[in-house]
Amino acid sequence: MLLQAEHVTHYFGGLCAVSDFNLNLEHGELVAIIGPNGAGKTTIFNLITGVYHATQGSIRLGDVELVGKTSNEITALGIARTFQNIRLFKELSVIDNVRIAQYGQMKYGTWEAMFHLGGYQTEENRSIENAMNLLEVFKLDSVADESSKNLPYGMQRRLEIARALATHPKVLLLDEPAAGMNPSEIGQLMDFIRWIRKEFDLTIILIEHQMRLVMGICERINVLDFGATIATGVPKEIQNNPRVLEAYLGEGAEV
Amino acid sequence: MATIPLEGTTWRTRWKARWDGLMAKRWMLPVLLVVGFALSFAIPQFNLVNQYVQLILIYIGINVILTTSLNLVNGYMGEFSVGHAGFMSVGAYISAILTTQLLPKALLPYLFPLEVLAGGLVAALVGLVVALPSFKTRGDYLAIVTLAFLMIVKSVFENIEAVGGPRGIPGIDKLTTLPWTFFWTILAIWVIRNFVYSRFGRGVLSIREDEIASDLMSVNTRQVKLQAFVISSFFAGVAGALFAHVLQFISPRVFDIIKSTDILIMVYLGGIGSIAGSIIGGTIYTVLLEILRPLGMWRMVLMPLLLVILMIYRPRGIMGLREFRWFVPLHDLIGTKLWRRKKEASDAPAS
Repeated sequence: MLLQAEHVTHYFGGLCAVSDFNLNLEHGELVAIIGPNGAGKTTIFNLITGVYHATQGSIRLGDVELVGKTSNEITALGIARTFQNIRLFKELSVIDNVRIAQYGQMKYGTWEAMFHLGGYQTEENRSIENAMNLLEVFKLDSVADESSKNLPYGMQRRLEIARALATHPKVLLLDEPAAGMNPSEIGQLMDFIRWIRKEFDLTIILIEHQMRLVMGICERINVLDFGATIATGVPKEIQNNPRVLEAYLGEGAEV
Repeated sequence: MATIPLEGTTWRTRWKARWDGLMAKRWMLPVLLVVGFALSFAIPQFNLVNQYVQLILIYIGINVILTTSLNLVNGYMGEFSVGHAGFMSVGAYISAILTTQLLPKALLPYLFPLEVLAGGLVAALVGLVVALPSFKTRGDYLAIVTLAFLMIVKSVFENIEAVGGPRGIPGIDKLTTLPWTFFWTILAIWVIRNFVYSRFGRGVLSIREDEIASDLMSVNTRQVKLQAFVISSFFAGVAGALFAHVLQFISPRVFDIIKSTDILIMVYLGGIGSIAGSIIGGTIYTVLLEILRPLGMWRMVLMPLLLVILMIYRPRGIMGLREFRWFVPLHDLIGTKLWRRKKEASDAPAS
């Protein structure tokens, strides 16, 4: 078991945002979390990555308990994510966006940084090299020196994934990667997600509203409504589950 | 491509080309440093300029240290600290006490660098104490915490009779010389520039852009913030020590909110997130204040007015978020180009 969430419950004040969420993720799986707006999907990502600390329950990566750890510790353990509304470091260059994510892998200390001694130079050179190699894979090497805010939307999405991969994750969390894409771009994105999973040996959790993408590439689906898991299963089962139809279309809906 | 477009020959592009040519000559920077250091000895030795101008030069150095160090927190990190005069006063008092009460007079000129170092270290320690609780919260709170700190430091010095209470410490030996000012200024600029172009410095930048995303990209934001704040306070203390030994008299009133505001103005005038901007801002502000001295009270009307105009037309200051290429480490400047050239070379035989 790679990532395991057990009875995860989270309250915002008196409001229950996530209740009794369970997830078992095997190495190499591709799982989707879907649900209507406000169902608590992004909250689950925030709980896994330590932005919020779960009120109850436990989340484990391998044998390591993640609840209570800070975001940067969790990222260093091997969980990286992207954001629903792109959160790049806008004023900084494309390559710096990637190099910031190498923070956890670089080893030199404060004194070496202040006086540019010891491992500083070799590590900086290697950092540029690695960043450029990664950007090349994502076809972003030609814009490495541009401000990331000047990139077109599709490139910004790609850069966000590249930046997440620069932390060398085992688990990648993608929060609505297809938001704002047209059908042909979604087709490309599906190929792309399959490809990075293989290439970087990833386990992926995906939040998405685009059913074509979810049904097309995910092996398992978790459906949330008002913080509670209402269904889990393979795409076929979910498509015909009456509770899912009810959550999306209302009571008594026929398909 | 022999045809030159018409707009390519305006004075603006011509100056830009000339400027780029100058910036490409990186060897000029060490040469200028050596020349500057030699001049800092020669000027007082042979009285190349009069005493008044020498004093202004020292103040420029001190203000550049203050501006660069505050820029690390307010510009690069995007927080808002108003307590810089407080850290400066810690450095000033520590070194002034050492000079007037503790150290033997005969050795003072030799021990001066250690005094400055001591002032900086104690200021850094105080900076750590202030930063630990205040960085648990976010954003605007730091402004309030540092403001409170400034008031506390001032009233502490006002109430300790051993350091003269509200009357302060008079008769401090004039130990701050032009070479020492030059040395500390270059050291401050060099260390802060080095820090900014390291993994920690990139962490500092990412905190300004988006703190949550930064934490999620494995940056230890808490540690990075503490480091930046402590380095910033250290150099504020250094500047304070130099300041005390050129003014030869310090009192709690010297280090009030007005002094902090002065430093803030220099930072935002020169430009946030820029070493070059800090140097320009500190220099211009110091010189302008002196040039406008004959205007008397009107000076304090004109200077803020200039600032308002600047904020309207250049809200990020003169050099906001830009940098002289001389100050950028070579691998940051040409790393991507080298990588592309290497790739082209390795691709060529294959095709």
